[in-house]
Amino acid sequence: MPDTVTLKIKRQDSETSDSYWETFTIPYIPSSNVISCLMDIQANPVNAKGEEVTPVFWESNCLEEVCGACTMVINGKVHQSCSALVDQLEKPISLEPMSKFPVVRDLAVDRDRMFGALKKVQAWVTADGYHDLGPGERESTSHQEVAYKLSECMTCGCCVEACPQYSLSNNFLGAAAISQSRLFNMHPTAKNIADERLDTLMQKGGIADCGNAQNCVEACPKSIPLTESIAEMGRQVSGKFWRNIFQA
Amino acid sequence: MNKRRVIVIGGGLAGLAATMKMAELGMSILLVSFLPVKRSHSVCAQGGINGAVNIKGEGDSPEIHFYDTVKGGDFLAHQPLCKDMCLHAPYIINLMDRLGVTFNRTPEGNLDFRRFGGTLYHRTAFAGATTGQQLLYALDEQVRHFEVQGLVEKMEWHEYLGSVLNDDGRCLGAIIHNLRSGEIKAEKGDAVILATGGPGLVYGRTTNSMVCTGTAVTSAYLQGAKYGNGEFIQIHPSAIPGRDKLRLMSESARGEGGRVWVPRKAGDSRKPREIPEKERFYFLEERYPLFGNLVPRDVGAREIYDICVNDKLGVHGEMKVYLDLTHHTREFLDHRLGGILEIYEKFTGVDPHEEPMEIFPAVHYSMGGIWTDYTRTEDGLIDHQSPNNQMTSITGLYAAGEADYQYHGGNRLGANSLLSCIYTGLMMSPGVINYVNNVPESVEDVAENVFADATRQWQEKFSEIKGMSGKENPYALHREMAEEMISNVLIVRDNSKLKSTLDKIDEFESRWKNIKCVDTTDWSNPVPSFINQLWNMIQLSKIITKGALLRDEFRGSHYKPEFDLSQPSDFKPETYLEFEKQKEAGIVKENAFEPEHLAYMKRFSVNNKKWLKTTIATYKEGRPEISYEEVDTSLIAPRPRKYD
Repeated sequence: MPDTVTLKIKRQDSETSDSYWETFTIPYIPSSNVISCLMDIQANPVNAKGEEVTPVFWESNCLEEVCGACTMVINGKVHQSCSALVDQLEKPISLEPMSKFPVVRDLAVDRDRMFGALKKVQAWVTADGYHDLGPGERESTSHQEVAYKLSECMTCGCCVEACPQYSLSNNFLGAAAISQSRLFNMHPTAKNIADERLDTLMQKGGIADCGNAQNCVEACPKSIPLTESIAEMGRQVSGKFWRNIFQA
Repeated sequence: MNKRRVIVIGGGLAGLAATMKMAELGMSILLVSFLPVKRSHSVCAQGGINGAVNIKGEGDSPEIHFYDTVKGGDFLAHQPLCKDMCLHAPYIINLMDRLGVTFNRTPEGNLDFRRFGGTLYHRTAFAGATTGQQLLYALDEQVRHFEVQGLVEKMEWHEYLGSVLNDDGRCLGAIIHNLRSGEIKAEKGDAVILATGGPGLVYGRTTNSMVCTGTAVTSAYLQGAKYGNGEFIQIHPSAIPGRDKLRLMSESARGEGGRVWVPRKAGDSRKPREIPEKERFYFLEERYPLFGNLVPRDVGAREIYDICVNDKLGVHGEMKVYLDLTHHTREFLDHRLGGILEIYEKFTGVDPHEEPMEIFPAVHYSMGGIWTDYTRTEDGLIDHQSPNNQMTSITGLYAAGEADYQYHGGNRLGANSLLSCIYTGLMMSPGVINYVNNVPESVEDVAENVFADATRQWQEKFSEIKGMSGKENPYALHREMAEEMISNVLIVRDNSKLKSTLDKIDEFESRWKNIKCVDTTDWSNPVPSFINQLWNMIQLSKIITKGALLRDEFRGSHYKPEFDLSQPSDFKPETYLEFEKQKEAGIVKENAFEPEHLAYMKRFSVNNKKWLKTTIATYKEGRPEISYEEVDTSLIAPRPRKYD
């Protein structure tokens, strides 16, 4: 058993300042994860040179891989830091903020663009009201299984971080939002505006921007079949395209 | 559009349900949250949401759900609220289904229901094992739609510090801290709703998320709001140990047939699968033949404590027991429990399809919370138009969800929290709007200096915090405080230890004054906030500990062995109802009862008279002053609980 764990952390003091690497060496404690290491640094914010520094800033909440907050690039691979176990990681452990979003500070980034994409694809059910209107539609178990998997998406950003097409300088919707449009286009009432979602996917930044690298599905921590979703939406978009032509 | 505005603090199930419902009714909403609301703690709820839909034809009904809830809470919950909640539960589940929650289905395509603790019925609707996440997402989507329509404005990355109160003590808005720029300013609101969840972090590592510090409700308490039933903290029987947090292993694992056991022989070093059936002690099944592994959480946690500490039968001699699902097929487990089994494997490296899980009890939920009001109708339900519903003792300041105190009494039943969160958010909305539309003076007409003064006070407080240059690291101090709470204010409580913990908390409070603000930068700096939250957690730990010290009885999750009334094992709760009936009629036929039963019933009656009361903590001179209030038990007569 090692006595210590070394973490190399890419830090950045503000949105506009330059980034720099800082190394921390902390006592090794069995069953640590990246979060508990960051917490240990908080409780004793001293870098490997023995200098007192500000604690590292990161974003986290649930710590059980259901909220999506603590996503970062760990040893070059995008992942939730809560489920990144120290014993399973190569040392020293390198931590960087995701590169496809503006950095807020240190390891925290601004993923507003992803939530914005959910607005663009109208990822919601339009309800007549929240009063008692009886049960919803019956559904088969097989339909539920597909929908459930898609609805596990926690907007964490792994898929778009891994995507070669998604960048700070373009407006690609990204796999997560495309997959959400599939989820709502298969819902018994949300599909009433399926065509509007397809219109969005046909615009610039839509489905045509996908380069079919298939990195997204590999990176997804919830194993959501993102490439299947993209293919399905591709089919729906081409169907709409041909319908548009014949209706014109 | 309505010119008046409501501020909702917190974007979990309760906050989003209230936001959505009030927006539907045309109210403008400012929604404030630490994080993007989609990341709120409600995502951690796994097993399901209760509602007596009776899909399985078992004869379940909202009335039975109501009874189970009240009994589960050891009769400490206000009954009209519980009844109204249970009556609305089937509608809430249908609503969430309509809004797109991917609930599991029966072969015929109906919603599927499973069993949960504290009931004998299949009453829990579920979406795999991530039901809270799915419910939250559905509400998040509705609120996002309102955001696009301009009815809801979101302030994510913002923190509630306190309320703006006028001279009459009426709430006029909130002081909001921008967690990126550090700016502190007042937001005007004709009403403010605290839907800020529970206070788990007072205990450090728990099943709660990192934002669950209870800081918002504690701030309300420090501003004069009453706090109710603080000492009732739920310990969940099954969690997975971890250094940063204790991850929940859902009760649904037992709802789907999971069996809890330990080796019969202390210190048995064999692997669990090598231990033959007859050498396994299924202690919950043996001790509670009727409810078995699905006893309520307070009972389950106490039994695990008993088996590990008193009988020394814990796995590897530790405070751990096995939770075994290996008798099910992989396909069954993945379909119904997928998410949580995956999490267990990810964090422990052990595959629960093949090996029994090792679980132990962890702090999970607070039944107590900020005191809130309600208006009951003559038939024992709730008048949904009343502006009193969910209002704290500060006029115009409301609370909903885990932040309030009134639905779960002394112990919450599993899968009732998702229900109570959505129910309170929806139920309170018409009343809040009635309040807002009838306030004598809109906040827009209040003199600006009221807001400026309140803002300045908080700005000064934060610059003082930033200037703290003592020796204590705030995070290290928090760990120490949490350790003290875990050691002494947990499953089994003892007055001498509670007393010494109260002294210890005073020490932590003085050490807090010697904190060093380890980050004094201006941008996206969480440290000053945390120091302020830690102060509030210290105050909240006093509420919990003092409430526990003064309550000399055993009720629900609050267990003091010294005051256990020792229910005879062959006692039936109905006997007590007969006894009470005779008492009311003026003649008790004492000879008709077993002497041991009679003596127990007398003890029970005296104890209830004294302690079947809500604990109220009020902030006085730096400490909680404790008093007690009557509980509305008018619908179901209180009686001894029994689950075997």
